[in-house]
Amino acid sequence: MSSMTDTPRQPFRLSMLIYDSRYRSITIQVVALIGFIAGVAWIVNNTIQNLATLGKSPDFGFLLEPAGYDINQRLIEYHSQMTHARAAFVGLLNTLLVAVAGCVLATIIGVFVGILRLSKNWLIGRLMTVYVEAQRNVPVLLWIVFLMAIVSEIPPRPADFRSGEAQMLFDSIAVTNRGIYIPEPLFANSLGDVTVLKGVLKDSFYFSISLDLIVLLAVFLGGLVISGLIKRRADRIQEATGERPTTWYLRLGIVFLPTLAVLYMLGFHLGYPVLKGFNFTGGIHLRNSFVALWIALSLYTAAFIAEIVRAGIMAISRGQTEAAAALGLRGGKIMSLVILPQALRIIIPPLISQYLNLTKNTSLAIAVGYMDITGTLGGITLNQTGRELECLLLLMLIYLTISLSISSVMNWYNERVKLTER
Amino acid sequence: MKKTVFFGALAVAGMAAGVAAAGTLDDVKARGKLNCGVSTGLVGFAAPDANGNWEGFDVGVCRAVAAAVLGDPTAVEFVPTTGKTRFTALASGEVDMLARNTTWTFTRDVDLKFEFVGINYYDGQGFMAPKSLGVTSAKELDGATICIQTGTTTELNLADFFRANNMSYEPVPIETNAEAQQQYLAGACDVLTTDASGLAATRASFENPQDHIILPEIISKEPLGPLVRHGDQQWGDLVRWTLNALISAEELGITSANIDELAKGTKNPEINRILGTEGDLGGMLGLDKQWAYRAIKAGGNYGELFEKNIGENTPIGLARGLNAQWKDGGLIYSPPFR
Repeated sequence: MSSMTDTPRQPFRLSMLIYDSRYRSITIQVVALIGFIAGVAWIVNNTIQNLATLGKSPDFGFLLEPAGYDINQRLIEYHSQMTHARAAFVGLLNTLLVAVAGCVLATIIGVFVGILRLSKNWLIGRLMTVYVEAQRNVPVLLWIVFLMAIVSEIPPRPADFRSGEAQMLFDSIAVTNRGIYIPEPLFANSLGDVTVLKGVLKDSFYFSISLDLIVLLAVFLGGLVISGLIKRRADRIQEATGERPTTWYLRLGIVFLPTLAVLYMLGFHLGYPVLKGFNFTGGIHLRNSFVALWIALSLYTAAFIAEIVRAGIMAISRGQTEAAAALGLRGGKIMSLVILPQALRIIIPPLISQYLNLTKNTSLAIAVGYMDITGTLGGITLNQTGRELECLLLLMLIYLTISLSISSVMNWYNERVKLTER
Repeated sequence: MKKTVFFGALAVAGMAAGVAAAGTLDDVKARGKLNCGVSTGLVGFAAPDANGNWEGFDVGVCRAVAAAVLGDPTAVEFVPTTGKTRFTALASGEVDMLARNTTWTFTRDVDLKFEFVGINYYDGQGFMAPKSLGVTSAKELDGATICIQTGTTTELNLADFFRANNMSYEPVPIETNAEAQQQYLAGACDVLTTDASGLAATRASFENPQDHIILPEIISKEPLGPLVRHGDQQWGDLVRWTLNALISAEELGITSANIDELAKGTKNPEINRILGTEGDLGGMLGLDKQWAYRAIKAGGNYGELFEKNIGENTPIGLARGLNAQWKDGGLIYSPPFR
């Protein structure tokens, strides 16, 4: 018999789960996880049971019932006999419309205000400070309601246009207390539409895409691509010979001439709003609720974006500006070529969360009667069907999806502009 | 995480509802106060006066129930609810009953699990327009911009009406009656639509009521009445028969003025049964014999409540019309007390 020299590997005993530090942390985590899952399960089960006692077991069947109500702003075809799901889809598009428009306008205003706030001009700098502080420190709901009051109380009524008390701007834009009517693009020889998803789920999700728009976009983008090729050729020639051929007229022409030609062939013209009956008809109607919500959300978020932009710019050392100035660049060029590209790396991550905030804030639309997804699915549908749980779960899921999509797109962009470290 | 919190809140609300459903009457007695859901302010039906005391036709029903149950018509906690929040408030147990111009419909009764205990006002949806618009009929409203209170049956009726008449319109959804007034007066919509009684009440609060007309078309049936949660029959019976007591009182000529006299005993056995001098109807409801006496004494009978709050001598000026007693050609009719 040989004697054992090594300490034998201890067989696993249950008590080791508690007393052995190698296992203890895992034990605690497993126990905590089980507890957490049990807790969630209990709450969910309790909810379902309580709802069942109230006679409201979760059921999404109502989504395919006729909605029965009308929606004023609809980007796609809708009438009151269509399904609740269709109404929710109309609302979703309205949400996306105001969110996208809001993000674009907020970014433009935010960048300008952020830069102007750093201006050496005392008056401009202070004015921007006042703007930023006033917007940031008042709840956005108040701004929305305030703007709504302004746009519905101050502009003239449609009837005033008939009696001549009010005039249309340039004979084409009517600013009324029911919204702003602007001319709409029309095509005399339209190519028609392509309809997608017709017949799916009782026609709940079909939509039409204008072929005219697709053709126009394709031609325009094609022009851009060719213009890029011309630029690259010019670069090559410049590198080889040191002389850059003049290409600006070529590039301008290749971008715009085919597009204009297509517009002409399609018979492009503008449809002007006309006062008929109670209201203006024709043209695009930007409703009060949309205008108020859009402007208020943009101005509010722009104040935050301005601060982010300012912080980003201030984080670039002063030496950069001085170096650029020493190279002979002017103020505007310094900003656009040297400072902003570097500042962007700092600006983008917090900018993402501002976009998310704006998107989530669109749910305040109900305050001014803008029919977004909260107004349709989470408002009228919820009310008429009494299906709170289902509607709210769907709503949360939809907002989650929108927000995650925005963050993934912005994260991708962030990866691209991030400083590549070697 | 958000989801968990949400479920938690729901679960708590669900449990609260479960408990409340067990015995609303006992809850109210223990609390010493009746929680009554009313509208956020509709003059004549439910609105606080200058001193903050709620008054109105619907408020009268709440006070009658409070008087019957608690012996004190002022022991009411009025909870203002919007068209959207009212059902959640009732279902979750936040209020014991709703007396808020609520239309009795099939889905609300059956699918939403509520119990309409009766009808205290027969209404219908109408339209109000400024006289200057020159409109005399709702059929001329093609293309009009219409303010509607969202979350109500009105927006469904409206969609049906315009669809049936092949007309188009632009709905402007609005959350509360006050906002609707403001938008309408600002001219942001041509027409305001809601129940005709609501229009009359709204018009009465305008600076120049005579500048606005209510169009003759009534496009829907809107039987308005108080409602309670489904499942607590005792409480439902109590509210139902309190309302019926007010209606019967008018039919039998019991008023707040002569009730003390009649309570001493009369030759009419039904009056005696209502006022508790004969039989024990109150005991069957879980109350004392004097319950109906107190309910009627609180604000008067149905007719008195009507005349005081929305009748022809008030700024709202509604005629009895369909809401007259059945003897006078109306639809107000109470089952017998026996």
